Amino acid sequence: MSDIASLIQPYLSHGRSGLLPALQAVQAEYGWISREQAAEIARLLHVPLAEVHGVIEFYDLLHNKPRKKRTLHVCTDAACSLRGADQRLRDLSADPTLAVKTDPGEELQVEPSPCLGLCDHAPAMVLENGREWRILGLNGEWMDRPLSLVGGTVRRITARCGNGRTSLSAYGGYRAWNRAQQLSPQQVIDEVKASGLFGRGGAAFPTGLKWESAARAEGWPKYVVCNADESEPGTFKDRLLLADDPHLVLEGMRIAAYAVGASKGYIYLRGEYAYLRPILEQALREAQEAGLLDGFEVEIRMGAGAYICGEETALFESIEGKRGFPRIKPPFPTTHGLFNKPTVINNVETLANVPFIIEHGAAAYRELGSEKSPGSKLFCLSGDVARPGIYEAPFGITLKELLEMAGGMAEGGSPQAILLGGAAGAFATPRHLDIRLTYEDLRQASLTLGAGVVMVFDQRRDLRQVLLKIGRFFAHESCGKCYPCQMGTRRQAEILERLASGRLLPGDRERLEDVGWTMSDASLCGLGQTAAMAVLSAIKEWPELFTPS
Amino acid sequence: MITPDRVVRTVCPYCGVGCALELHVKDDLIYRVTSPFDSVVNQGNLCVKGRFGYNFIYHPKRVTVPLVRRYLLEGQPRPPRAEAPQASYPGNGSTPSPWDWIETDWETALNLVADHLVRIYRESGPKAMATYGSAKATNEDNYLLQKIFRALFRTNNVDHCTRLCHAGSVTALMQSLGTSAMSNTAIEVLDSDVFIVTGSNTTENHPIIALHMKRAVRERGAKLIVVDPRRIELVDFAELWLPLRPGTNVAVFSAMAHVIVKEGLYNRAFIEARTEGFEEYVKSLEKFTPEFAENVSGVPAEDIRRAARLYATAKNGAIFWGMGISQLSHGTASALTLVHLALLTGHIGRRSTGLNPLRGQNNVQGSSDMGVMPFHFPGYMRVDAPGNAEKWEKAWNIEPGGLSRELGLTTTEILSHAGPHGVRALYIMGENPMMTEPNLNKTRHHIEQLDFLVVQDLFINETGVYADVFLPATPFAEKDGTFTNTDRRVQRVRAALPPRGQSRPDWQILCDVAKRIEARLGRPTAGWEYQHPSEILAEVSRVVPEYAGITYERIEKEGLQYPVWDLKHPGTPFLFSETFPRGRGRFIPLDYVTAAETPDDEYPFILTTGRLLEHWHGGTLTRHSSLDELYPQAYVEIHPADAEMHGIKDGMMVKVSTRRGEVALRAHVTEKTTVGVLFIPMHFAEAAANLLTNDVLDPQARIPEYKACAAQVFPLHEEMLSPLPRGRY
Amino acid sequence: MSETFTLSINGIQVTACKGQTLLEVAREHGIDIPTICYHPATQSNGLCRMCVVEVEGMRLLQPACVVPAQAEMKVQTDSPRVHRARKTILEMLASTADLSEAPEIQRMMQAYQADPSRFPEAEPRHIPPIDDNPMYVREYSKCILCWRCVQVCAEDAQYTYAIHFSGRGYHTRIDTFYGLPMTATTCVFCGQCVGVCPTDALEPKSEYLLEQGKYPFPFR
Repeated sequence: MSDIASLIQPYLSHGRSGLLPALQAVQAEYGWISREQAAEIARLLHVPLAEVHGVIEFYDLLHNKPRKKRTLHVCTDAACSLRGADQRLRDLSADPTLAVKTDPGEELQVEPSPCLGLCDHAPAMVLENGREWRILGLNGEWMDRPLSLVGGTVRRITARCGNGRTSLSAYGGYRAWNRAQQLSPQQVIDEVKASGLFGRGGAAFPTGLKWESAARAEGWPKYVVCNADESEPGTFKDRLLLADDPHLVLEGMRIAAYAVGASKGYIYLRGEYAYLRPILEQALREAQEAGLLDGFEVEIRMGAGAYICGEETALFESIEGKRGFPRIKPPFPTTHGLFNKPTVINNVETLANVPFIIEHGAAAYRELGSEKSPGSKLFCLSGDVARPGIYEAPFGITLKELLEMAGGMAEGGSPQAILLGGAAGAFATPRHLDIRLTYEDLRQASLTLGAGVVMVFDQRRDLRQVLLKIGRFFAHESCGKCYPCQMGTRRQAEILERLASGRLLPGDRERLEDVGWTMSDASLCGLGQTAAMAVLSAIKEWPELFTPS
Repeated sequence: MITPDRVVRTVCPYCGVGCALELHVKDDLIYRVTSPFDSVVNQGNLCVKGRFGYNFIYHPKRVTVPLVRRYLLEGQPRPPRAEAPQASYPGNGSTPSPWDWIETDWETALNLVADHLVRIYRESGPKAMATYGSAKATNEDNYLLQKIFRALFRTNNVDHCTRLCHAGSVTALMQSLGTSAMSNTAIEVLDSDVFIVTGSNTTENHPIIALHMKRAVRERGAKLIVVDPRRIELVDFAELWLPLRPGTNVAVFSAMAHVIVKEGLYNRAFIEARTEGFEEYVKSLEKFTPEFAENVSGVPAEDIRRAARLYATAKNGAIFWGMGISQLSHGTASALTLVHLALLTGHIGRRSTGLNPLRGQNNVQGSSDMGVMPFHFPGYMRVDAPGNAEKWEKAWNIEPGGLSRELGLTTTEILSHAGPHGVRALYIMGENPMMTEPNLNKTRHHIEQLDFLVVQDLFINETGVYADVFLPATPFAEKDGTFTNTDRRVQRVRAALPPRGQSRPDWQILCDVAKRIEARLGRPTAGWEYQHPSEILAEVSRVVPEYAGITYERIEKEGLQYPVWDLKHPGTPFLFSETFPRGRGRFIPLDYVTAAETPDDEYPFILTTGRLLEHWHGGTLTRHSSLDELYPQAYVEIHPADAEMHGIKDGMMVKVSTRRGEVALRAHVTEKTTVGVLFIPMHFAEAAANLLTNDVLDPQARIPEYKACAAQVFPLHEEMLSPLPRGRY
Repeated sequence: MSETFTLSINGIQVTACKGQTLLEVAREHGIDIPTICYHPATQSNGLCRMCVVEVEGMRLLQPACVVPAQAEMKVQTDSPRVHRARKTILEMLASTADLSEAPEIQRMMQAYQADPSRFPEAEPRHIPPIDDNPMYVREYSKCILCWRCVQVCAEDAQYTYAIHFSGRGYHTRIDTFYGLPMTATTCVFCGQCVGVCPTDALEPKSEYLLEQGKYPFPFR
């Protein structure tokens, strides 16, 4: 058997769906994938050569040119850039030994990275060495897993978070799963519906309705997918939950599977969270051995560096072994999802809410939050706050209260702008400090909560640089399928370059508005539809920034 | 982006699919070929030949002036062949030679042709006259050619390359059903749930039909069974692949029939209502057990069983086949086994079923329909059946009893009968027997025995170098007429360009030749005054019932599938819904037959020959086009296990030899062929596969055995090669 | 024709049947909706977004080429929102790709009064022409990533899979396996891709030569 054949042996039975794991295995072993290796993979998996090439080319973490074995990924997105990431990148590119030992045979390349989900460790960097990924901790040491700061007025979902070590015995049994099995699947769905739980990944779709639709759909097998592709700049809550309380998420998946009649589950974990994989694998093993996952086979699939693969249909494409192009909806995932079968896809935090609802009931769940936004939310605080971290609070607290939980402004600054929702979000200003953080209140103010990003910029920050980071982020992550986003993110970024260097041309504001509104109105998926949101909100709040020089 | 002067819709000149082409012309240069997406045959899809293979029209070696040998012009006898120079036109040698081609005018050339043909006819009678029609030329061209030789020279020595192609299939279908055409329409495969492809590398030889097949499998869940010695591309789409040894068709397909009968999977109602001879036939199947078939063919018995069950229990089962069935010394028997399968299961006479021999040439179906056949007048009327000759005597103004009722000679026989007491004069239109006949060394010997050879073509090819007169004809893009494709669709061919130089449409040349012959013979005219090719087709429609309703107006847009019984009839997508032409389908008991020459110690390989996507048959067209740039040289396919054993590496020069000849070419080591089998494409004169092939003929169809003979291969050192000039080997 | 129903397009009541897209219904009734990536012989992907229309009750603009017509729908094919989107898409396209051999798109630009020089300092996708086989030339500076060529090479026609995408986002390109020359791929030179390309990014070599005033064939 060739080297490649033995390396990708576990994936051969998956056919096309085994393509990404196979490529990742070779990537991890050799640091890149040569033409001969790609051809061998194509042959063994019966995938056309040109498509194997196309898949490698799509994903940031797969390479088809010779590279050094190790990579130092330096985040240069907004929150990290506030802490000097750009200069750090320049310094490390010139001399990597400033951060990492590089003895002979240990050469590495230093590369900028989009948001790594370590905004509470800003300026963040991770070291990739094959399958082994390490994080630079706040104490300057390389670590296997992040140490997260968790706080908040409520610790319902984050009850066991912030302690690092976890295990099934620490979690206790799957009490909610036991309760669920005493109900009928429809009763489980009804409870979730009654709770008013909605998705925590940003789209905020009612979870119970989603489950019901999949339960009623025709098709077999059915799937439950946990969307752990957390890549929205400023978001790191799912990282926390998966690292510190994976069983909470697994139990939620198990209940979902029961409710809809799914026999197979996937956890799609973003590639840059590779250091969480051993934790998840351990949790899965424990659960399987305890018989908690009987009748429900769960597989971990790694992302390979593409923000768009957090979009549900693009995520399916990725698991299916293709480039992450989103699909047209309808049809929706609940009827035609993964492998064109009925699928429930839920964010990590959404699933983490499920055990409480089933164990304690919808009414208890609704004791927190508002009428339309019940329950609690994990807020990701980063930027110019004193204590960046995850803060769990009921929906309805004010922005001011949230900032105070995080220790208020860092270094005594005053807030200039607060980016709510991440790069795909909009700017709140000091006049919004008393706004109640619910989806309905924010919508009224033309703002959004998204996945819960609260990134704070104090008075010294040049917001034009922030906008540039956001613009570059979207241009880098656009999948390239639909015209408004493929070209619009590029044109937007070009104008933001001019903005950031003070060379705005007459008509640039109108260009940003036309491009922005075209993307918002006509893009194929959520990425394009939100790519201009921050810019458009900035134009509204600070029109003076956009007058030509 | 160029704005065309005109865009002309016509039909592709290459294969039998008959794709619609749109030729975009500017300043008489065709610069782009497209196809309308709503075209009924190919939905806008084309292959490399149709899309990019047309520029042979402009090749500098194309002959556009009538050519006559100096000796003929000067009234001298032909010098001995041994003295013929290597070079041929252009590039007559530096010193004048009697072999030189002299450019002349049409008047001179046509008169010489008529003079010599009539002289030989007068000296030796009808048996000395023969002609090869062109499966590439139009229906009108072909009809006129056979009319000349039948009406004027009173001979049935009229044939064309179908003899070398589907003669086995045609003979089998005639014997068992009374027909000879593909029974269904190719695109119906989209609704077949099981279909068999055998002896056809459809992807390369009927590319658009292969697209339909691939879609049927991938989108409609059809199950494909490939029965072929080579791992052709369709195997990637197949449910089952039966890689049989070449020449063992009868065993494998009879074994399938055996299984169908033994397991009671046959269609009793159909057999009782529509067939005859079933009882006798069943007895003959006893010996064809799957185990017997496995023993001779190498195909596992269990796969034979699976294939039989799949096909028999299908809702709509169809069989498609090609040369692998027909081009054998038992080609007729081979094709009969397929007919039997259809008759046993009733998968015939309905949409998406059928017996579908894939006709190769763009107009081989039409040439056959037009009677360029030694046993049949146009419309498949047997020359020796009462009443038929009378019809044509009437149509052609010939005295009663004038037309010959004797079966004529077939192509291979025409050549093997060449000589002072046999065939003396041969008129070849658009054919290249010196590349396509089997056992070319022998063929060369035969062709040298002819007294007079006229070649009417576009290029002086390997056959043209033996001609005494060369008449330059126009290609498809420079004439009007009709082609009939493999699923019986008669379609309009339209001129997009004026004739290049002094070349002329074949039908016009033939009319002028005919009139001169008639004048010399002093006969009342058989009718050669056509203003337009539509009048020629109209003449056919008046006598051939299947073409009765086909007129140029009716086929202006899409073409019609014959039979078209009258002017209102819409054409016939699939045949035999009620009855077969002979009434009931006949089961014909068979014995086991295999290839005439099987491997032995001296020649341990089986050589099979065939074609490539990029080239066409003798290469006259494609080797004078951009296609030759794409695929410039011949390769012999050899399996890695064999290559290893014989010390042959990929790309190495090797010599392949049989009892009849040898060629030198490069080896391609590939698993596309199977162990023990070599494959050589037929297109390359410098490595002409037919130097090697066996000229043994099927006794009924008279088709040669191109698909199986015994061969040897060994490495060749480059120094051992002698450069072979084009046209010589 | 299965069940039929009515809906309104631009205030006009039209009849449609189940399974038809809004684009099909509109075109049947002579209502113009511009398209770029759409082709009758390829799968519709709704990616150029030129065909977007306003549908009452739906928040975002909808691509008519894929949205199924439904009873009682109220569709506007040329509202200010629609117009702004189409105009901007055309302007972005003009700053991205060489549209000199795409007369249909140029006509659209005129119809929507799109300004081809709307985006100063925009970086177009400039890729040198690839002339690596005797049959057709690839000028990807003209490629507008309509996906048609990749699709006809795959399941829409050929099942040959010689080409796919490389890169991502704005820098997506059509490419062969590891950039090999076309003659080293599974390409069978059927030219279906050339036949569906809307901008002559794929062009027969003979036409390419003739455009330059050269003799179109490799021999004289």
